[in-house]
Amino acid sequence: MQANTSRLVVSPVGVLGAVFNLNHPAHVVEWHFIQLSVANIIVIGLMILVFVLAIVLPFPGAARRRGGSS
Amino acid sequence: MSLLGRLRSHDDTKPWTGAYAPYDLVKELCIAIGVIALLAILLTVLFSSPDEKPSTIAQWSRQQPVNFVAAAARELDSTSPTATYGPPYNHNGEGQHIAFIYLQKWLGVSHPIDTANDFVIDPLRTIPNDPTLQSAIAQYLAAPEKTQKAWGEAYAKPLEEYETANEEKKTPPKTVALDPTTGAVTVQASGAGPVPTMMSSLLALAKSGGLDGSLLTSNQFFQTDYTKPLLFMADGGLLSERAEGQHLLGKQWGMMNETGSYPGQTWLWLYTLWYQVEPFKASSNADILVMLVMSALSLALICIPFIPGIRSIPRKIPIYRLIWKEHYRAQQGV
Amino acid sequence: MSATPTRPPSWTGRVREAAVEALPPEKLLPDTQPTYVASWIYVFGVASIAALVVIIASGCILALKGPAWWHYTGVGHFFNSIHLWAVELFFFVMVVHLWGKYWMAAWRGGRTRVWITGAVTFLVAIPCALTGYVSQQNFDAQWIATQAKDGLNSVGVGAFFNVTNFGQMYSYHVLLLPATVVALVVAHVLLVRRHGVVPPFALEDRAAASGAASTERDATLAIAEGPSAAADGPSS
Repeated sequence: MQANTSRLVVSPVGVLGAVFNLNHPAHVVEWHFIQLSVANIIVIGLMILVFVLAIVLPFPGAARRRGGSS
Repeated sequence: MSLLGRLRSHDDTKPWTGAYAPYDLVKELCIAIGVIALLAILLTVLFSSPDEKPSTIAQWSRQQPVNFVAAAARELDSTSPTATYGPPYNHNGEGQHIAFIYLQKWLGVSHPIDTANDFVIDPLRTIPNDPTLQSAIAQYLAAPEKTQKAWGEAYAKPLEEYETANEEKKTPPKTVALDPTTGAVTVQASGAGPVPTMMSSLLALAKSGGLDGSLLTSNQFFQTDYTKPLLFMADGGLLSERAEGQHLLGKQWGMMNETGSYPGQTWLWLYTLWYQVEPFKASSNADILVMLVMSALSLALICIPFIPGIRSIPRKIPIYRLIWKEHYRAQQGV
Repeated sequence: MSATPTRPPSWTGRVREAAVEALPPEKLLPDTQPTYVASWIYVFGVASIAALVVIIASGCILALKGPAWWHYTGVGHFFNSIHLWAVELFFFVMVVHLWGKYWMAAWRGGRTRVWITGAVTFLVAIPCALTGYVSQQNFDAQWIATQAKDGLNSVGVGAFFNVTNFGQMYSYHVLLLPATVVALVVAHVLLVRRHGVVPPFALEDRAAASGAASTERDATLAIAEGPSAAADGPSS
């Protein structure tokens, strides 16, 4: 008989080789009417961080570009 | 200024006539593929991926026999969510609409489902060597519609009371008895005709796994269309109970989520957001309203170059100064 | 005076000439870029292509063994995981690319179609992912299918696109929608090659457009650029 909903059921090779087991109910952050899982918050936060870093960090090859020709 | 003048862009970007520097696009692509592939492999090694086993009708009937029987009774009675859905499954409802726009109805019934026959009577007919059952089916089919409805309602009423009591954590009525050893459900309902016999047999068929197979291969041997078993299960409580535990319900912003603690579909944040606010939240036409809003916003995304105001924001908020800082510094140096 | 070039009589010849005229080899595969292409934000376009390559490669391996394979072998699950994480990475880098292109107003200078093909690619990638999720043949697929059907049915799309029909969804996911995404990406990239990467905003034009009084620095810049602007400076 299949387990009930309080325990996740995964395939026998479900987490073979995984260093971290994410097969447990998600932690959720609630703020007013917004409910986001921690994993999704991390992804969104990383996207914003990566965008900011991408436009702020210097891009290699400046010397080559200074010597560029038309 | 005329409307067309306002819509026309004041873009006078000229082609670049300045300096060029060596830039190896093919090498960049190869490096990008290597980096992304390594990242994907790293994430795989660290976290793997979720794979929760699917539910079956057999499991549903064993874990929630009363819920199964109640749902089956509604299918026979044609009062279940699937039975009253309307197109594309049947004509028993008009579907969702906005004002006079009934897209769901206009596109018609393309996947006909008659829940009474498809989910109950036809599967029961496949059970061999049970003259009592076949006689009950014959009695049900021979009766006028009014009588069938009366039988259905008489049978469903104690089950509804039982389910409501469970939801409100009260003592369930004694009219419904669940045998803990056999999992058999007995409903005391006078005036229910042959319905109790049919429902007991359907429960037994479901527990054996026969109903899963019967619903899938009813049309032909080779089948990849799981519409019938999925809709039947969705009319019950097992899928939604599992989903609630995984934060996948609509009110839990579930559209964005994955099972377990994995990241989900973050790009669906705006789709799911509308369902949490009025007027969408309480509307019986929430789906078509949200689809309309998202279609408009998607079109707006495509048409940003043509939208006055929106297209000017990048110039007014100078994030570009960071992106092209080296270029502007070089210009100042000149 | 040069002789009027004769059009080749064959369709092949005419297609070749049109293609070479639109995208001569040095434009199709340039080994230089304007010097203003000098920011990490520019790598997110190619990163999106890279993620798409990994998605398709891992998807091909999953397709080799059929849709049930990954449920009962470790190797299958490994490649399914790569496929799933590559999809997360794809949307991640594609959205960062979209943000960058918006803040550069990258549709300027006749690049409207570049923007349109890019936006449509994003919007087509979403149902492509949806068909993947409902093809997983696990609980997640069951739940997503029974939920998504309501949205699609409400606008009549469910009449011909049935998310509970595994066979149909698998066909869309493995062939029809990836082919569409790839075609859109090819069109998008060819358009970028044709028009080039969008030049920066000109600072003196920004001061004029916003109506603000130029700062002393901007005025100095305008004066310094004035005589040479027509020769080598971009303006927008």
